[in-house]
Amino acid sequence: MSGDGLLPGGPRAVNVGLDMFAGPLAAAGVPVATLDWRPPAEGDRALGLLLARLEDDPDDPFGRQVAAANASAVERLLAAQPMLVDVRPAADALGLGHRQLLHSGPPITWEAMPGPVRGAVIGAALFEGWARTADEARDLAASGALELAPCHHRAAVGPMAGVVSPSMPIVVVENAAAGTRGHATLNEGLGKVLRFGAYDDAVLARLRWMAGVLGPALGSALRHGGPIDLRSLTGQALQMGDEGHNRNVAATSLFTRTIAPALVRSVDPPIAEAVLEFLRGNDHFFLNLSMAACKSALDAAAGIEGSTVVTAMSRNGVEFGIRLSGTGDTWYTTPVGVPDGLYFPGYGPDDANPDLGDSAITETFGIGGFAMAAAPAIVRFVGGSPADALEFTRLMGRITLARNPSYQLPPLGFLGTPTAIDARRVVDSGIAPVINTGIAHREAGVGQIGAGIARAPLACFSAALAELAARMGVPGAAGVDDAGTEREG
Amino acid sequence: MGAFAARVFPNSYRDSVELMQIAAEIEGLEGVTRAGLVMATPANRDVLAAAGLLVEVATGAGPNDLVVAVAAEDDAVATLAVERAAAALAGDRDNEPGGSAVVSAARTIAEAVTELGGANLALISTPGPYATAEALKALKRGLHVFLFSDNVPIEDEVELKALARHKGLLVMGPDCGTAMLDGIPLGFANAVRRGAIGLVAASGTGLQEVSCLVHRAGAGISQAIGVGGRDLDERVGGAMMLEAIGRLAADEATQAIVLISKPPAPAVADRVLQAAAGAGKPVVANFLGGDPVRIAAAGAVPAVTFEAAAAAAVALAAGRSPAPDPGLAAGLEPALATQADAAAARLGPGRTRVRGLYSGGSLAGEAKLILAAALGKERAAAHEVLDLGDDAYTVGRPHPMIDARLRTELIREAVADPATAVVLLDVVLGHGASPDPAGPLADALADRGDIVAVASVCGTDDDPQGRAGEEALLARAGVLLAPSNAQAARVAARIAARLTPTTTATPAARTP
Repeated sequence: MSGDGLLPGGPRAVNVGLDMFAGPLAAAGVPVATLDWRPPAEGDRALGLLLARLEDDPDDPFGRQVAAANASAVERLLAAQPMLVDVRPAADALGLGHRQLLHSGPPITWEAMPGPVRGAVIGAALFEGWARTADEARDLAASGALELAPCHHRAAVGPMAGVVSPSMPIVVVENAAAGTRGHATLNEGLGKVLRFGAYDDAVLARLRWMAGVLGPALGSALRHGGPIDLRSLTGQALQMGDEGHNRNVAATSLFTRTIAPALVRSVDPPIAEAVLEFLRGNDHFFLNLSMAACKSALDAAAGIEGSTVVTAMSRNGVEFGIRLSGTGDTWYTTPVGVPDGLYFPGYGPDDANPDLGDSAITETFGIGGFAMAAAPAIVRFVGGSPADALEFTRLMGRITLARNPSYQLPPLGFLGTPTAIDARRVVDSGIAPVINTGIAHREAGVGQIGAGIARAPLACFSAALAELAARMGVPGAAGVDDAGTEREG
Repeated sequence: MGAFAARVFPNSYRDSVELMQIAAEIEGLEGVTRAGLVMATPANRDVLAAAGLLVEVATGAGPNDLVVAVAAEDDAVATLAVERAAAALAGDRDNEPGGSAVVSAARTIAEAVTELGGANLALISTPGPYATAEALKALKRGLHVFLFSDNVPIEDEVELKALARHKGLLVMGPDCGTAMLDGIPLGFANAVRRGAIGLVAASGTGLQEVSCLVHRAGAGISQAIGVGGRDLDERVGGAMMLEAIGRLAADEATQAIVLISKPPAPAVADRVLQAAAGAGKPVVANFLGGDPVRIAAAGAVPAVTFEAAAAAAVALAAGRSPAPDPGLAAGLEPALATQADAAAARLGPGRTRVRGLYSGGSLAGEAKLILAAALGKERAAAHEVLDLGDDAYTVGRPHPMIDARLRTELIREAVADPATAVVLLDVVLGHGASPDPAGPLADALADRGDIVAVASVCGTDDDPQGRAGEEALLARAGVLLAPSNAQAARVAARIAARLTPTTTATPAARTP
């Protein structure tokens, strides 16, 4: 310290606590920011201290490890290049076998499954021919004869009930930068569909057509015409009014335009016509591709020791679950409620199913609700103004580590989407990730009854960080004594 | 059976979300059962039918037509609702308010540092249990920490200061109320000119008194670094005082250093004095009641009062030898001595007690030391000096530097007590202190008869309150004004020495 004083470059201060301390500084012309402070970690002092010990710090082994791990996670997320390479049956693409079903969200038993998911399981059993009636299907499920597992456990993601069975056609998305893959079913469209728990003859007929005609046709077109760059389509769509979760019409249109020539060249005209007609009528077709793309990107950043980056957010209609890169496959779950939103005519919150689906994988990757600035109309679901849509994206910028230059948002001056949710920032600020979501009727088969904005529950992020700290041996974490030595048990 | 009303707007496309929002508004109207606004695609017609809203006029509508359908308690309500919907559809949506309900200020240090484009200082005054985590986060981002919070465990203080030293940063606190960095006032600090004297203080009002006396002597302060009341505890080991001495030693602008603290643990005192000896510039040490011989032996200049510390520092910074320290009891200015004697002569019989009512802990401490030195321990025990900023008095109450109510209450009690001879006060100005500390005190001192009121004003003319004005207010109330706390305490001691106590028994302890 020479003539520069103690605060080289001039004082710039952060005021944490009482307002009164900022006054004299401001009067002296010092730039000072007074925090809108509240106890972090919802007042849990011990967790607040663990949080502080997980902060980036070049002078501390934990601080170095977390910083390096997160830098690596961010690099992998931004480098991701999801390419749609194929459409194949789940038996082949996911190794799904007899009486094996996948569902959305963290693990859940048949007994606990809410209406729409049970309906989807029944529909899948009927579709596969494992049962001839809905009652038989229920009995099969209740007897434990069906093996149920989360889509996420097989590198897949499913919207709403997200039920996947062996014969269903699966989109295969490959992250060219890392070799990781993401998978999803083909989107059925709106109304009475399997993912909302419908399983009548029309639903089953559509599923058969999708398995027999649509899937193979798209697969042919892809193999014939080459992989489709989903990153490029998403980037364009975000500048055309889509956000990649609740608004998908631009991306669906771009996709249709992209695959149409190869489709026409590789399948017979009546099939090409039927496929194009299907795409024309399904504004949300791209959602499943968007989800699989995000999954392939996030899985590349999974399992990095010491990383506090969130790699999955998902719901099964009963619980909300997240995964953290540094804790690998472990789910951190908490009961979930009904989203805040607007309802279609004749419906209200009493009819709604709690939040459901793997589609929050889009927000986990920085699109969907995080890109709300691209689709301001969404914010009206909660009575907001278009300015709120921009603010939601800015708000998410405060809990993420990077901006994705591949996904630029013109309303924010072409700023990239806020990417790499840092659980530390979520728990420290209390700012929960925002999710644009559809609202399902709580009875199987009725379908979507509204749409809205959900906030991920903070408890999941707190639990994940606490366990990460424990695994790293941070002093003060469960099972670690003050000297930083792991205790027994 | 309810009533229905509907209208079709041909070839009028609207976004589905906008339609749902208007529907929600309409459903909120009194008497409306259900409302639906949709583009009449086949799917949406089914939706309306399922909701019981597919009324006749809507049956002919097509996908490019907008249908408004309402079910209500009666026809009038239904028709009105449709009109409202039509008005909302026709409304100029371009002028929607741009204000956002989502905006919120930075909640964390991380966010604020980004917002500021970099920061180098954090001021932390959260409740004690949360202060450690905030201070850790600040240090890890390379910020110096001004830590006002108290109730921080000493283990945390040790950890924070170790981390700070490792990073070459300062942790000023816990329980630090005052500092001046690069001339910027932090917490309860006075408006004092920049100059060549650096202060390191484990005492808030000690720092304030010395800095104000330095300013009034025409000199100035380079840095005033608060280290928190516990820094010189055995376990903390003087960590920040050592760090601060090192910085001031290296600071070209600092020509003399003053250390202020209550007596450190012996091992800590040695370490601190050793560092002082190696500073390469004169160091004055006031260890409030500590052993001056030991300080001198280490090569530092002992000062037993804040007044002497300031005077020594001013001299040393100007390259002069300091005047000899008169000590605690001696050194009362002759003019004040004369006033003291005259005031004592006016006191009636039975008036024997000094009542010191202080807002500054170190100033109270200095007053106690002076009374004990002047009167002897036993006689001094008959008098009372209270630090009203002590935890015992501030639970559920603002600090006396901010709020005068407790002090004025106690002044009135003292005035009413026939045994009171002297009311001894400090009046602390500066940032954070109340806009007019002297006013309520002067009011409380009215109608006190011959009771002597003695006070010193710790402040400068540049302080928000203005020292001259505050002194004038007290003078008008007949308060005997001393230029420093030491002088004020000596006045009280001189008066007390002339009074014959009717009893030497210790008065009953006051309950706060």
